[in-house]
Amino acid sequence: MLVFVSLKQFFRDLRNQKLRTFMTIFGIMWGTISVILLLAFGTGLQEHQVKSFKGLGEQISIIWSGVTSKPWNGLPRGRRVRLTEEDITNIKISVPGIRRISPEYTGHSVMLKSHRNNLVANVSGVWPEFGMMRNIIARDGGRFINARDMDEKRRTIFIGDELAEKLFPGEDPIGQSLQVRGMPFVVVGVMVTKSQDSSYGGRDKRNAYIPSTTFQSMYSQRFPNNTIVQAVDDGAMKGVIDGFYRYLAAKYNFDPEDTEALQIWDTSEGFKFFYTFFMAFKLFLVGIGCLTLITGGIGVTNIMNVVLEERTKEIGIKMALGAKRATIMFQFMFETILLTFIGGAVGFALALIIIKLFPLLNMTDELGTPIVHFSESLGAVAILGIIAFLAGFFPARRAARLEPVKALKLF
Amino acid sequence: MIEMKSIKKTYDTGSVSFDALKGIDLDVDKNEFIAIVGPSGSGKSTLMNLMGCLDTPTGGEYMLEGNRVETLSSNQLAEIRNRRVGFVFQAFNLLPYATAYENVELPILYAGLKHKERKRRVTELLGKVGLADKMANKPTEMSGGEMQRVAIARALANNPQLILADEPTGNLDTASGGEIINIFEELWRDGRTVIMITHDTNIAKRCQRLIRLKDGRIDTDNGNGNGNGRH
Ligand SMILES: Nc1ncnc2c1ncn2[C@@H]1O[C@H](COP(=O)(O)OP(=O)(O)OP(=O)(O)O)[C@@H](O)[C@H]1O
Ligand SMILES: [Mg+2]
Repeated sequence: MLVFVSLKQFFRDLRNQKLRTFMTIFGIMWGTISVILLLAFGTGLQEHQVKSFKGLGEQISIIWSGVTSKPWNGLPRGRRVRLTEEDITNIKISVPGIRRISPEYTGHSVMLKSHRNNLVANVSGVWPEFGMMRNIIARDGGRFINARDMDEKRRTIFIGDELAEKLFPGEDPIGQSLQVRGMPFVVVGVMVTKSQDSSYGGRDKRNAYIPSTTFQSMYSQRFPNNTIVQAVDDGAMKGVIDGFYRYLAAKYNFDPEDTEALQIWDTSEGFKFFYTFFMAFKLFLVGIGCLTLITGGIGVTNIMNVVLEERTKEIGIKMALGAKRATIMFQFMFETILLTFIGGAVGFALALIIIKLFPLLNMTDELGTPIVHFSESLGAVAILGIIAFLAGFFPARRAARLEPVKALKLF
Repeated sequence: MIEMKSIKKTYDTGSVSFDALKGIDLDVDKNEFIAIVGPSGSGKSTLMNLMGCLDTPTGGEYMLEGNRVETLSSNQLAEIRNRRVGFVFQAFNLLPYATAYENVELPILYAGLKHKERKRRVTELLGKVGLADKMANKPTEMSGGEMQRVAIARALANNPQLILADEPTGNLDTASGGEIINIFEELWRDGRTVIMITHDTNIAKRCQRLIRLKDGRIDTDNGNGNGNGRH
């Protein structure tokens, strides 16, 4: 049996029915692009947000001095509670659940002077652990403050990427000299660009860090401005904070229940909220993806219905001229599969181009970089193709099973 | 060529059914030229669609060139429509997006002929109906008369011996209608059987045999044994 009359005739039909061909391809293409872009931008945004949130550091708390709010053991309220570096060292040893800890001494608006440029920035004196807690990572060729810097009170400085750009435009800052309040320092590292959406005291890219020992010798500041602590895991932070209160309450004589005695920002709290939020966001995305698919499917179905009358009449004519059912159905199926394939491929390609070009818009800081999901996208194309196929298949089969006059007169 | 015995056709439209043909007995020999006339709704088109195997009767027996039509499979019917019968519609029924050439070529494609042979035939047929210069035109770029001539060329594509035409001049003016009838007459003189439905008595008069339908039955038939045919 001659099922497929001629490839030439098939392509001639496609070429002749430009609108129908175009609409089918367009429907599939549109659905494909929407689903791919939605998935890509959705997950891109999500990962970006998670990363930015982690930009401040994971499972960290920042602790500032506070003022007691309750009288205790005959002592009045309103006394200042301030941690010393010694307290920090003791807490690190005595409180379980601490992974890293560091004081942070901050010099505000310090004059920095390179051989190219002058500017003012915040300079913090910290321990070597600080960098790891805060996800401050050195670019290749550089490093963060280390233990030897601390021990020898070296004049070494680690600078944020934006500072590096301004102080040493077009140059490698590492090994260069930088004057801090008139004293010569050596740049030992530059921060890898990171996204950060929360901070205290300015974004890390505009800050500089020196060993806390060096800082103290320059400023003779007794109390750190704040302390940063990182818990060993998600659940440990509460115990760590309790440990802080207990240790300090005993030492400075205040009520361990007096939460005002310290100011604590537990970022892991925010992170928990953030995670729930993003689980919801993910579900939302899946929902939108399904809706997009349904919308795309309806669009394709509509297109198939628009051409149904024309197609039914055409089937009637062809059968009146002696076309066999199988010939007609085969042509129809081949046509749908080919058009779905083309529409899917074009949609895929366009979506990829949009995703590739998107970073040029310079909005990745806000929206993240879209991420392509190949298998999900392929699944979406397949679903659209099946919808298109079914939407066209049953009416076409019905027409092909009718007597030719009925197909001719159906509409 | 055609033998019909008490052919019936009942249309079922929802709850009501309508007997469009109430028992037609009809014999048609080779090389007849027949006009079917009758009032609107008398069943002319219904009868012609059955003759051309475009529809199936609800009762009776139909022999077409030795084939019992009721017993044929859908593929065998397709083959008959493709090779044995040429059908010309009042509404032309050309594929709107295809050129004259492509429209005429279609039945030859279904018959499975090679490109060269198809080209030879299509060119010859379109030449015969006087449209050698309109081969690349689409239906929208042609007059009604031209479209109907394309339809005739298409009906002749596989050289069928039976030509059926349902009011072929119904949508045409007198001049182009006359040209169409000339072509049919020529086909008859070539030895084919031509049956056409018409409301035009002048056209009916040019035919050799006149069958008048009324209410789904043959009212008068001046041919085939009745002895009052004009030839
Ligand atoms: N598909 C159908 N369903 C129901 N009834 C139909 C159908 N086709 C035709 N009829 C009815 O059958 C009768 C015969 O119709 P037919 O088309 O054969 O008439 P006709 O003689 O060709 O008329 P006309 O000269 O107007 O073309 C009409 O009453 C018509 O309403
Ligand atoms: Mg009619």
